[in-house]
Amino acid sequence: MLGSTIEFREISYRLPGGRLLLDRVSLKLEADTTTALLGRSGSGKTTLLRMVNRMAEPTGGEILLEGRRLRNQDPVTVRRAIGYVIQETGLFPHLTVERNVSLVPELKGESPVSVDGRVANLLQLVGLDPAQFRKRMPHELSGGQRQRVGLARALAADQKILLMDEPFGALDPLTRAEMQDVLLRLLEKMPKTVLLVTHDLDEALYLASHIVLMADGQIIANLPASEFMTSDLPPVQEYVRAVHRGEAEKADAPTVFPAYQAPEYRA
Amino acid sequence: MKAFFARYGSQIAELTVEHIWLTGWAILIATLISIPLGILLTRNKRLAKPVLAVVNTLQTIPSLAMLGFLLPLPLLGGKAARIAITALVAYALLPIVRNTYAGIRGVDPTIIEVAKALGMTSMQRLTRVELPLAAGVILAGLRTATVTCVGIATIAAAVGAGGLGELIFRGVASLDNRLVLAGAIPAALLALGADALLGIVEKKLRVPGRSPA
Repeated sequence: MLGSTIEFREISYRLPGGRLLLDRVSLKLEADTTTALLGRSGSGKTTLLRMVNRMAEPTGGEILLEGRRLRNQDPVTVRRAIGYVIQETGLFPHLTVERNVSLVPELKGESPVSVDGRVANLLQLVGLDPAQFRKRMPHELSGGQRQRVGLARALAADQKILLMDEPFGALDPLTRAEMQDVLLRLLEKMPKTVLLVTHDLDEALYLASHIVLMADGQIIANLPASEFMTSDLPPVQEYVRAVHRGEAEKADAPTVFPAYQAPEYRA
Repeated sequence: MKAFFARYGSQIAELTVEHIWLTGWAILIATLISIPLGILLTRNKRLAKPVLAVVNTLQTIPSLAMLGFLLPLPLLGGKAARIAITALVAYALLPIVRNTYAGIRGVDPTIIEVAKALGMTSMQRLTRVELPLAAGVILAGLRTATVTCVGIATIAAAVGAGGLGELIFRGVASLDNRLVLAGAIPAALLALGADALLGIVEKKLRVPGRSPA
């Protein structure tokens, strides 16, 4: 199945207090591509993402999904057609893994029986043995397992768009790497248009086909992921330097941090 | 002792049933009012403070005074059982309204947000997420209300509504301690029984992994 295009046209978002959080942002995501939004906290990434499923409404501009104005579409219908994964997972604590995954298809009126096979299939795809996990409650899962279920839930209604807000941010580095692979495998099997908000440059490079760098409510760079590291755009170079400073310091430790010399004391 | 039970046994049973009947109706009516009211307050937070204040005030009226206020109300037509049930409902409102409100507001906002983002309508969020997650807390309110009502229902005998209070009042009037105990002990057992029973249900409804509010 083909994914959808998402187009932001001159999107602005002004907070009730008057501060401009997004300033005429224009961006087009092609079908079945993965776009990572990078930038500091407060740069407007999450707000931009939440506008796609109408969890936030732009105060200016227009969003088009597959060329159709989002503004004119029913929010509930739009949301059921879009997968949504967040850092805290947000699994419903009173529902089993199976019921969590089958929720959106059920909301759309599919019978539980027809969803049954798909739930098993999805759990398998995200690396959870259905026989073992489908009846478990969320509190019986580890953080990584919960995030797998969250991912399965976001795909259960054949959504063409997947919104991911720091999806793996709360996981330890190894689990995080595992989940990134799970996601890539899934997207190979069922292509989606993915919008990913992340703070992790490596994650963006690994998962995304395009990287969009944001600062102060504006897009300051929009590049194919393969060109991001070699870009000669000053903001990109600055960002990469800032992110990799820690590693650079480690590598160059002797020159960056000259050996400590005790000051001479004079009696 | 044998003679006492031979004489009062059937009366004790009858009055116990009456006691349960009064309390049961009161809790049923109070629940039908309080849970929707509590839900309404979560949707309309500006109403919450004044409404909770009113319900709270009702709770502070001494029970005999409450019955006194209700006696002359034409709506209740001077019918003892109606007066008693109305008074009990007034006392049962607070714990149920408050816990419904607190229970729903205590649901993790992330969960509500996700429910919305997955495409649940406002009603689906309420019935599929908020109420199930608040059920344990709401039931705890129901439990408090029930125990309170079982206790206050003993006062209902003062307006002639019957219940186990009748034995207590008669015992006090005739200085017969056995009669007082014949009313007091079953009333206490009823309260304990209701508490234990609802306690078990509450435990079942509590969602694992969610700290009780």
